[in-house]
Amino acid sequence: MKKARTTMGALIMTLVTITAISCKDANQDNGAAEPMSNEMYQEDGTKNADSERLMANDSGNTASDAIIDNYLKIKNALVADNQEEAAKAGGMLVANFDDFDTSGYSSEEQQELKDIIEDAKEHAEHISESPMEHQREHFGILSKDVIDMIAITGTDKKLYQDFCPMYNDKKGAQWLSSSEEIKNPYFGSKMMNCGEVQKQIN
Amino acid sequence: MKVIKIIALVLLVAFIGIQFIPTDRNQSSVVLDTDFMVVNNVPASIENKIQVSCYDCHSNNTAYPWYNKIQPVAWFLGDHIKEGKAELNFNEWDEYSDRRKNSKLRSIISQIEDDEMPLDSYTIIHADAKFSEDEKSEIIEYMAQLKNSL
Repeated sequence: MKKARTTMGALIMTLVTITAISCKDANQDNGAAEPMSNEMYQEDGTKNADSERLMANDSGNTASDAIIDNYLKIKNALVADNQEEAAKAGGMLVANFDDFDTSGYSSEEQQELKDIIEDAKEHAEHISESPMEHQREHFGILSKDVIDMIAITGTDKKLYQDFCPMYNDKKGAQWLSSSEEIKNPYFGSKMMNCGEVQKQIN
Repeated sequence: MKVIKIIALVLLVAFIGIQFIPTDRNQSSVVLDTDFMVVNNVPASIENKIQVSCYDCHSNNTAYPWYNKIQPVAWFLGDHIKEGKAELNFNEWDEYSDRRKNSKLRSIISQIEDDEMPLDSYTIIHADAKFSEDEKSEIIEYMAQLKNSL
């Protein structure tokens, strides 16, 4: 009887130790899995970028279309005070930035685009995982990035560059919209009509 | 009674066992040319405060407390440090483009303003890492000035 207990005890001990070790392994696996999935994105990205480049030859600046589309989705979600939708679009925007191919631009433009994308991607990541007030903060800087990007890449879309003087302790913030009517993404329903059109793109 | 004894023994053995699992430690004695303090002309009082309050998780060198040599605390803190460095690494400050520096400074300012950084779970043990209101405004003012000069 005593022997049986000792054996049981030993078995349990081994089990606990193994569980502890395998937990650690699982953690490491997760850590390793992240860059791998990124690589897969890049693989996809190259494919997408190729097809986009082909399309770009036909009709100009389609490569940045996906970025603008998901940017506008975030904007619309923030106008509607919808944290979840903004987060979803933010996640997609991260992938869009990964897919963006800068090879058709001059080396100076490439450097500028690289800086913009690196920064913008980080803000999109934050938008995909933050509470709404943080999303809005990051959206403010993301907007600047996207505006600067379009200044280089151009776009076929008709866009309005809007400005809200109240946001960020009255330092103000810009955003892009596809319609002329002001709908404020920084305050949402609290101050829906705050802002003005600064300029029209296309 | 005997069951409790066995469970206690098992837990003890497991606890001792996990101490032998190696962990990567975030330690480096090299001061990089890209370090925030090297690149910027940071006043000594602010430099000291940032080192104490931020560098444990936002640089390549953590001043480990004794309890961080004990598992599973070391794993928990290890994850925090990994995440913190990915977000912002003061040692690699000058590798960021001006655009990113601007973003980082804005986040630094707003996180300190809103008392989100340093983390509560950190200052509860590191009381000296906590910013007083005066220190907060001093650091925010410095960071804002740095941001404007970019």
